[in-house]
Amino acid sequence: MYSQGLLGANTETEETPEFLAAFQARIDREEKIEPNDPMPAAYRKTLIRMISQHAHSEIVGMLPEGNWITRAPTLRRKVALLAKVQDEGGHGLYLYSAAETLGVSREQLTEELLSGKAKYSSIFNYPTPTWADIGAIGWLVDGAAIMNQVPLCRCSYGPYARAMIRVCKEESFHQRQGYELISSLAEGTEEQKAMAQDALNRWWWPSLMMFGPSDTDSQHSDQSMAWKIKRFTNDELRQKFVDATVPQAELIGLTMPDENLRWNETKNNGQGGYDFGEIDWDEFWQVVKGHGMMNKDRINARRKAWDDGAWVREAALAHAEKQSNAKTAAKTAA
Amino acid sequence: MAESQQHLQAAVLQIADDHLILGHRLSEWCGHAPMLEEDLSMPNMALDLIGQARHLYAYAAVLEGKGRSEDDLAYLRTDREYTNCLMVERGNTDFAHTMLKQLYFAAFMKPFWSFVENSSDSTLSSIAGKAVKEISYHIRHCGEWVIRLGDGTDESAQRMQQAVDALHPYTEELFWCDDHRQACIDDGVLPAEHVVRPQWQTTINAVFDQARLSTPEVTFPLLGGREGKHTEEFGFLLAELQYMQRAYPGAQW
Ligand SMILES: [Fe+2]
Ligand SMILES: [Fe+2]
Ligand SMILES: [Fe+2]
Repeated sequence: MYSQGLLGANTETEETPEFLAAFQARIDREEKIEPNDPMPAAYRKTLIRMISQHAHSEIVGMLPEGNWITRAPTLRRKVALLAKVQDEGGHGLYLYSAAETLGVSREQLTEELLSGKAKYSSIFNYPTPTWADIGAIGWLVDGAAIMNQVPLCRCSYGPYARAMIRVCKEESFHQRQGYELISSLAEGTEEQKAMAQDALNRWWWPSLMMFGPSDTDSQHSDQSMAWKIKRFTNDELRQKFVDATVPQAELIGLTMPDENLRWNETKNNGQGGYDFGEIDWDEFWQVVKGHGMMNKDRINARRKAWDDGAWVREAALAHAEKQSNAKTAAKTAA
Repeated sequence: MAESQQHLQAAVLQIADDHLILGHRLSEWCGHAPMLEEDLSMPNMALDLIGQARHLYAYAAVLEGKGRSEDDLAYLRTDREYTNCLMVERGNTDFAHTMLKQLYFAAFMKPFWSFVENSSDSTLSSIAGKAVKEISYHIRHCGEWVIRLGDGTDESAQRMQQAVDALHPYTEELFWCDDHRQACIDDGVLPAEHVVRPQWQTTINAVFDQARLSTPEVTFPLLGGREGKHTEEFGFLLAELQYMQRAYPGAQW
């Protein structure tokens, strides 16, 4: 079905056992798979799903932070936030381009987002009521995104791996900037400190949910690991994130909203790590299914931008057509 | 402070306010543009404008010599104390209005900064050196859009002409010259009207010609911003802009 969208190329591959074994052998040799290489339909489909979900997340992710651009408290913060949100748009653009190498158009993917068919990261269905949320998002959400994405820089699909290398550099800058923002609140007045703690309380659990369902419940993991699309399981990445982030909170005097959080020496093969409380998977699935506080607002905002912009896109096409007609006419005349 | 310095401070503040308010309006688009490419371009231009505003406020604060910061000037004045021209505070309305507003402003700032780059004030001339390159891109980008929309579909042509009809009466204020501005012109720091107007007109005519737009006759230019007399929507813009500074006085961010 995706092959219909492919720009002229024939993606029909007969998936004989020999072909599948040879494909797996390439993956095992750490060769990169490139757009014109034959690949199993399921590999293509998995990548389209992952890359497009990632692209949509970047685009929808512009909204909760964009919410504070006009209210940023200083010019320095305003400029930094505007640049950050713009970076996310740039990530969306690279990722849609990476998805296009697999034969789907950006337009098609956009329609799937607007119709509610495509998924994006559920974290962006939480609201940003205070300025401290901008710090919490940079620190935790970009931080969790990096944990997920650094291994994707070695993903077997070349265009995705290369896009991730560029994206990860910027995400780690966002993470540091977000942590610096929330640190300055934590060092500020009582009101500012309370604002920072409140933001952490609201964003901590949803950030842990960003790694997806527990390994025992994840439907996509095994095959994706074999194809080296994914390198670590959801739970492994979640644990890394907890271990990296808890000391950062302690350093600035903020408290993680989890009474079951404690150091466990025996974790991570004896290197130690944090035990943490049970994630509210019911909340996770409710938000995934569209019942979060901001799900409808996010899609409505994207749809409004798209619909309100239709006349602009049509005009650009009409103008380009007039220009090329004029050129053709000039050539014919000459 | 010396009289000439007072004039310069007031004139710099006018330009700073223009840049901040126009950049602020443009930033309202971020995440809501008609296409992803414009979700990158509009914040890009907003970043240029707000970046220039920061340099200008910092300089105005130094000239003032009262120990105020760029943020004190940007965030902690009352509406009557902002002296931006009215055009930059007008709402975005639609993409046609936005691109045209940017073009009108950029077409003015290009010859303005080109002059200032070679003027006797070293702080301003160094701001101008960077700004003149940035603003040239704004003219190209927004000018291309005005042409595409003006010479696109029937709907876009109609919207583009409506934008011209709505915004053209505000353009005269770009050339506003009060005692402050005049003193800076006399000192050779800022350009006189006859330096910038012909170039502004040439840029606009060239774009309008390709865009098939006609310029309305303006019998009553809309003025007031330079004297702190603003439109109704300006108070709402300030309410958003100043919200955090007003809600948490004295806090560091
Ligand atoms: Fe991103
Ligand atoms: Fe991302
Ligand atoms: Fe980011």
